[in-house]
Amino acid sequence: MAFLALGVTLLLVLLLARPTGLYIAHAFKDEQTKLDRFFGPIERGIFKIGGIRRDNQSWKKYVFALLMCNALMIALVYIIFRTQAYLPLNPTNVPNMEPTLAFNTAISFMTTTNLQHYSGESGLSYLSQMIAIVFMMFVAPASGLAACIAFIRGLGGKPFGNFFVDMVRAITRLLLPLAIVMAIVFIALGVPQTLEPNAIAHTISGGEQSIARGPIGSFLSIKQLGNNGGGFLGVNSAHPFENPDAISNLLQILLMLLIPTAMPFVYGKMVGNAKQGRVLFVAMSMLFIVMLGTTLAAESTGNPVLNSLGIQHDQGSMEGKEVRFGMMQSALYSVVTTASETGAVNTMHDTLTPVAGLVAIANMMLNTVFGGAGAGLMNVLMYAIIGVFLSGLMVGRTPEFLGKKIEGKEMMLIALTMLMTPFLVLAPSAWALFSYSGTISNSGFHGLTQVMYEYTSAAANNGSGFEGLGDNTPFWNITTGIVMYIGRFFSFVTLLAVAGSLSAKKAVPETAGTFRTDTALFGVVFLAAVLIVGALTFFPGLVLGPIAEQLTLKP
Amino acid sequence: MSQKRSALSGAIINNAIKEAFLKLDPRVMVRNPIMFVVEVGFVITLFLTFVPGAFDGNTPVWFNLTVSLILLVTVLFANFAEAVAEGRGKAQADSLKKTKKEILANKVVGNVVKQVPSTELRKGDIVLVKQGESIPGDGEVIEGLASVDESAITGESAPVIKEAGGDFSSVTGGTRVISDQIKVRITSDPGESFLDRMISLVEGAKRQKTPNEIALNTVLTSLTLIFLIVVVTLPFFGHYLNIEIDVPVLIALLVCLIPTTIGGLLSAIGIAGMDRVTQFNVLAMSGKAVEAAGDINTIILDKTGTITYGNRMASEFIPVGGEKDAVLAEWAAISSVKDETPEGRSVLELMKKQVLRYDESIASGGEFVEFKAETRMSGIDLKDGRKVRKGAVDSIKKWVSQQGGTVPADLDRNSDRIASAGGTPLAVAVDNRIYGLIYLKDTVKPGMHERFEQMRQMGIKTIMCTGDNPLTAATIAREAGVDDFIAESKPEDKIAVIRREQAEGKLVAMTGDGTNDAPALAQADVGIAMNTGTVAAKEAANMVDLDSDPSKIIEVVAIGKQLLMTRGALTTFSIANDIAKYFAILPAMFMIAIPQMAVLNIMKLGSPMSAIISALIFNALIIPLLIPLAMKGVAYRPISSARLLRRNLLIYGLGGIIVPFAGIKVVDLVVHLWV
Repeated sequence: MAFLALGVTLLLVLLLARPTGLYIAHAFKDEQTKLDRFFGPIERGIFKIGGIRRDNQSWKKYVFALLMCNALMIALVYIIFRTQAYLPLNPTNVPNMEPTLAFNTAISFMTTTNLQHYSGESGLSYLSQMIAIVFMMFVAPASGLAACIAFIRGLGGKPFGNFFVDMVRAITRLLLPLAIVMAIVFIALGVPQTLEPNAIAHTISGGEQSIARGPIGSFLSIKQLGNNGGGFLGVNSAHPFENPDAISNLLQILLMLLIPTAMPFVYGKMVGNAKQGRVLFVAMSMLFIVMLGTTLAAESTGNPVLNSLGIQHDQGSMEGKEVRFGMMQSALYSVVTTASETGAVNTMHDTLTPVAGLVAIANMMLNTVFGGAGAGLMNVLMYAIIGVFLSGLMVGRTPEFLGKKIEGKEMMLIALTMLMTPFLVLAPSAWALFSYSGTISNSGFHGLTQVMYEYTSAAANNGSGFEGLGDNTPFWNITTGIVMYIGRFFSFVTLLAVAGSLSAKKAVPETAGTFRTDTALFGVVFLAAVLIVGALTFFPGLVLGPIAEQLTLKP
Repeated sequence: MSQKRSALSGAIINNAIKEAFLKLDPRVMVRNPIMFVVEVGFVITLFLTFVPGAFDGNTPVWFNLTVSLILLVTVLFANFAEAVAEGRGKAQADSLKKTKKEILANKVVGNVVKQVPSTELRKGDIVLVKQGESIPGDGEVIEGLASVDESAITGESAPVIKEAGGDFSSVTGGTRVISDQIKVRITSDPGESFLDRMISLVEGAKRQKTPNEIALNTVLTSLTLIFLIVVVTLPFFGHYLNIEIDVPVLIALLVCLIPTTIGGLLSAIGIAGMDRVTQFNVLAMSGKAVEAAGDINTIILDKTGTITYGNRMASEFIPVGGEKDAVLAEWAAISSVKDETPEGRSVLELMKKQVLRYDESIASGGEFVEFKAETRMSGIDLKDGRKVRKGAVDSIKKWVSQQGGTVPADLDRNSDRIASAGGTPLAVAVDNRIYGLIYLKDTVKPGMHERFEQMRQMGIKTIMCTGDNPLTAATIAREAGVDDFIAESKPEDKIAVIRREQAEGKLVAMTGDGTNDAPALAQADVGIAMNTGTVAAKEAANMVDLDSDPSKIIEVVAIGKQLLMTRGALTTFSIANDIAKYFAILPAMFMIAIPQMAVLNIMKLGSPMSAIISALIFNALIIPLLIPLAMKGVAYRPISSARLLRRNLLIYGLGGIIVPFAGIKVVDLVVHLWV
């Protein structure tokens, strides 16, 4: 039964990917389409108010517009957090947010990371939740999608488009309509949607319990659809109000994977060769299946130490899991949320078996098992270019990608991008482990994993946590804030620069001597590039973290 | 030249060993960041050998010393690889330098001839070179005709004729006039002559990194930095777990992970690639040109001399207008008695073959009329006033009609038939009467068809250029198997075709020799000038073929591809090696603190220290083991890119993963005897 549910879930993901991809590609088309009839009037209104001229931007202008627009939003949201106590819609009298936490949280939501060093119930007013958090949950993935669409356009030799137009379209044509529909569905499934303050319950034992609630339905749909992942409530989608039952769980998984799995098809469609996208989709799916299989195997075996104590473990490892989801759906959720860089959780990743924890962290380290909306595909294409560069030489030609020669300038930019992830993860981890070991709740291998997980999650803009860190301190707030910011925007700049450089080049026609990037062989090359370059970087850290933990788990 | 050099002589090896040590100079090493890191590692471990406790180290002195020595040897191996590649060029340069001895030149100033040293000659000076003298500098013959021995440059012992005007006017400094005398206008200043350039090229003195080399270097440097980050942060990770990791062990891990194999061989591969071209008697003006050759999409080839032998052989006499076969043959022979062109001689040969005779007395005392481009015919004016001509059908027709003759009705039909069969028809006429046609056959060189088929598989399009009419051109094109042809082509057509192809984003290669080829050679991405060609052509080209064999362009393309492939293959191999190295060193690092890590010791290496030393030794040894491959290049076969990639991925990718597992294990079996 559990396997059937798993199979049905994955089948639905598979069925939705291509049509969604084709829709997204259509939505971002330069020329007039039928969609203009529905969305045209609203969009024209927005463009008029915003004073947006809909002309094509150079890659530099595009990325500048993105950075400035996002920076402005970060500033705006920071101010809201810092003054929420004085603002309306604050029935539970939440105080103003502390500066480093506000800094961290504003960046966190602008980068779709949604790393939360606060607890939603007590840290944010309803106003902050709605106009700061939910606002960013729309504009952040929209910015990422826009960057990716521009990147694909550049690779395909087309004009880069206009950032503001792309961002608005991402919201009006994709995120908003789907989010509204899904919010209603979630509310129908029992997720609260209210502006009333906490409910007060009087328990049988005579105690008084304050139950947090709020406008969760509208929050939940965009949280998953935009690969944001931040919870309205502290325990995220493990809370019955944020994930009531199996159906809501299924829908959340589908929403998390909807855009990430569609992106390769968007790419294939936009560069005019569906096979290009299909190869990447298949390669990523294979990575996903391997990851999922590993997690399921580890979780169903359970923790040998607990097992040896005679604890019943027929259902696999249930430590830290919700009984209404069970081992299988929890394990699946953990793989999906890290693969799609969403970061929502329905189980505590801290309590995953070491190997399943390894899979979660590896998903984020590679950031190519689909990855987040837009940003994931950009990363995937970067690895594809690295693969082309290294092995493309082996056909005896200067490597080409989509007909453009990959030369010194592009490789310089990609080399910098490639360098950034290990730097963002390993350097601050080393610092934290050395100087701030007091804030780590676990000693030994697990503690090391906690720290690495936190920075990996920040760098990959995932946002899930291994918890247990005393992370609401200036050190953690500021370092993870910086890591999230660089992890998000550095690659946008460098990769759009790569596309800019490539689009200025003349396309080389394809011949029998060309290294083709739409074949199964290329899929293998891509996987090898991801695994060798990605895995080699993090192997020592993983050996000292989850691998050592697993090896030393002896009853 | 190729015959003069053995692949690797003892002298080159000895010199390379010396060079390997000289290159240890950090100012030189810093140009190769990967090997520089290894050198720094060597210095640190050497320091730790003398001051073992410096960084709270626990490793024994002998271990530090061993690591330090292996690192030194690693750097030396890399330097050696580069030095060997350079050495081969140097040996060649030395032999060229001998040619460049100072000579006295006879400089013509006004009406006087002055003796000046050749080093004082400037562009524009005019010198007289007599029999037995060396030509003092590069130049152009402006007066006279002489046979010149160019063996010093080309290795070809047969002398070549140089004459004023036309395409055989350029002479190279250092070559010797062996008969007659010529006046030469010098075209290069001292130090910039062809010979000078050639010396600096083969010496590698002016070698600049090619675009692809720069790109690859960037990636390799970034990988080095990534592993540097990994290794530098590792002790902090260890510290949290109360595992102390010693500096020499960290250095060992770093050196094993950074791509030392390709880093040590990269410049050797580049130099060897250039060298392979040179050995092939083609002089590439830059490594960039060789790389570009690998990327060529279209090759433009002259038909005559490249695809076909060009000497059109008479193969048949075809009488027209009811004339007799034998009569036609007789007049054809008479017109050719004094004709020394291959066509003319082939007519007489055909007579012999067909056992036909003609009256030689008719021709005796006649005046030979040479072939001219304007008239497009040749022949003989006989004593009795009759004029015998053979030539292009159109020209003969015009000539005959001008004298009031008529053109036989079946002439055009027969000439078209010949042309469509790929032949060239020559009409034979006496005064106002046309006797018939000589069928000249142009033969495609053997093996050309297969070569063009290979090119097609490599994705290269071939375009044949010929002055022939479209029918003839089409037939030869079909017979040779080229993809496209340009008939009745003029020099401008070549440029037009090159531009058209380039506009589609293609890279174009061509060969040429004449001055009128120069613009096209300059426009082409890879232009190969024939050494026999004009100075202008050589200046415009980015390669010069010393043997003047235009079909060599095909091999040059293969060498270019081979160069890129070798780079890719060794990079892939180098990075794939890291997997095994991790499995050797990581368990060794942590096994003492975490005994369960032994599970990762899948090679079952003897002891932690022996594992680290074995991985390092393997890492060092792989460099000299791969030097022959770097020099020779990865075997290239003209097959489709997909098959090529699959093959190379299997050998260098999968091989790169497996080989070090076996290699490190074998080294460990030996090392573990002591450690």
